[in-house]
Amino acid sequence: MSEIIKVENIKRDFLVGSETVHAIRDISFNVTEGEFVTIMGASGSGKSTLLNILGCLDVPTQGDYYLSGVQVRKMGKNERAVLRNRKIGFVFQTYNLLPKTTALENVELPLFYNKTVNIAQRKEKSVQALHAVGLEDRMYHRSNQMSGGQQQRVAIARALVNDPVIILADEATGNLDTRTSFEILSVFQDLHKKGRTILFVTHNQEITQYGSRNIVLKDGKIIEDKINHTISSAKDTLASLPVEED
Amino acid sequence: MNYKNLITIALRALFNNKVRTFLTMLGIIIGVTSVITMLAIGSGSKQSIRDEIGEMGSNMIMIQPGNGRFGGVRQSASDMQTLKMTDYESLLRETNYLSKITPTVNSSGQAVYRANNTPTTIYGVNEQYSDIRGYSVDEGSMFTSTDIQKAAKVCVVGQTIVKNLFPDGENPLGKNIRFGKIPLKIIGILESKGYNSMGMDQDDILLAPYTTVQKRILAINYLQGITAAAISEEYSTQAIEEITEILQINHNIQIGQENDFNVRSQQEIMETMDSVMDMMTILLGCIAGISLLVGGIGIMNIMYVSVTERTREIGLRMSIGAKGIHILMQFLIEAVIISVTGGVLGVLLGVGASCLIPIITGWPVSVQAYSIILSFLVCTLTGVFFGWYPAQKASRLNPIDAIRYE
Repeated sequence: MSEIIKVENIKRDFLVGSETVHAIRDISFNVTEGEFVTIMGASGSGKSTLLNILGCLDVPTQGDYYLSGVQVRKMGKNERAVLRNRKIGFVFQTYNLLPKTTALENVELPLFYNKTVNIAQRKEKSVQALHAVGLEDRMYHRSNQMSGGQQQRVAIARALVNDPVIILADEATGNLDTRTSFEILSVFQDLHKKGRTILFVTHNQEITQYGSRNIVLKDGKIIEDKINHTISSAKDTLASLPVEED
Repeated sequence: MNYKNLITIALRALFNNKVRTFLTMLGIIIGVTSVITMLAIGSGSKQSIRDEIGEMGSNMIMIQPGNGRFGGVRQSASDMQTLKMTDYESLLRETNYLSKITPTVNSSGQAVYRANNTPTTIYGVNEQYSDIRGYSVDEGSMFTSTDIQKAAKVCVVGQTIVKNLFPDGENPLGKNIRFGKIPLKIIGILESKGYNSMGMDQDDILLAPYTTVQKRILAINYLQGITAAAISEEYSTQAIEEITEILQINHNIQIGQENDFNVRSQQEIMETMDSVMDMMTILLGCIAGISLLVGGIGIMNIMYVSVTERTREIGLRMSIGAKGIHILMQFLIEAVIISVTGGVLGVLLGVGASCLIPIITGWPVSVQAYSIILSFLVCTLTGVFFGWYPAQKASRLNPIDAIRYE
């Protein structure tokens, strides 16, 4: 199994006024291909900062970060943009779909910034990605005509379309009700089963039992990092939930 | 960078906001339409005034007595008796730049035929006058040099006179009318020329041999003016210089002394009118230009709001791999598409309006190619210029902040 993420003694400081805030103090860990890592932490624990660094949106003040063998710290803005485009799939809490735009067009978006992909390939890949999240019959629905769960599926499809080495999910179930949350979690679990590497940031303790490994952050440090040997199935949990009466 | 992709992205963004896109475009459409229409009206009126002056004879030169003093009292030009037949004769002999020349005398009075009468002006001229002024004889013929020698009692009449003296449709040719007490036989009828730009009826005219008017009507032996035509418009200036020289010698005017005559060309009048009309065109153009500017500021305003409103979209685009330049180009392309499409629609509307105006209002209009090119260029530049600042602002956003912008 190849190493997707390698983090070596990274620190990230912010200057707020005259004070230096240490958002991340000396974190090191590796993620290998096929892992489903949940990163848990209360607000202020540094999980968003870590996610920004892992997502190549930010660079560490100190230490090194390698994304599938590429050293990110020394890269410029534009190089990181290309790296994000080719290697990373983002899923956000608020979906961040383009308003009034069809599911297909939303999914196509990352491929617009990749000139090696032509129009036919763009469409083909996007349709495949929508298939993977079970939205093949909603391709031409606009984002405002879809439910929260469907919108998040579109967002997952958008994260898959460039065939990334890792999917970074930032509180991806945070805006959804319990049922829909488990639906989305089961989509992630399906992807995990197919061999995708996933990094899922959350503050919800419950979610950690669905990943293969759990890292807990507190005050910018890792306080716990353990493999989950008894992965629960989100589908089973969903089935055990009482059926909503409308 | 793949421009085709960026254009597709920009087009999708614009299509998703059809109403806003159209409203932004409207500013440019109105701006371009008004620039084209205003300039078309401006140059249309200029052209029509030029044509009308041209109809009077664009190479016409008028020599009038003027500037005389009688014992310290300045006299009015019409009282002056400084232009003589000898002046006419020497001009006829000596000039190189004149193709036609006629003495002129005129008198106002009542023309009478049986029970009908009309006030008019009789022009005493020679047979070249109609060519100089651009009149042509419709029926009958112009009088001849023999008529002039004999001071024959003949005349050529304009359409207004025909209408007033022969309201029943009687053929005026060969009829004897009276001007004052003098009977004149109509030997020709002029083709209608209509009103000129000063509102003067060019058909209210009676032409007779100058000798007839001089001797039989006015009883004078001097001339009230000399009208000539330069070989062509370009030679007007030389012709004026030549005439001035000859008349200065004839009138024995020393260097430094004021001339007792005026030489003016239609060319000069045309230039004056041109400059007035140019001024009007510039004025109209300025007003229209301002509306184009306002349209441009509208683009900037909307693009600026759009950047703020779409901050999250920009953050998302950046996080999935858009570089700053991609965002910059997207917003710039959006602005340019708005302004260019607005420009095209504005050109179409402007040309359409320019075609409708003469039908509805009867104003002369002439669409200028330069105004189309100019306004089109201006509005493309407007798009780039006013789109630049918001686009740059968008491209400099930090994706981390932008994606979580509320």
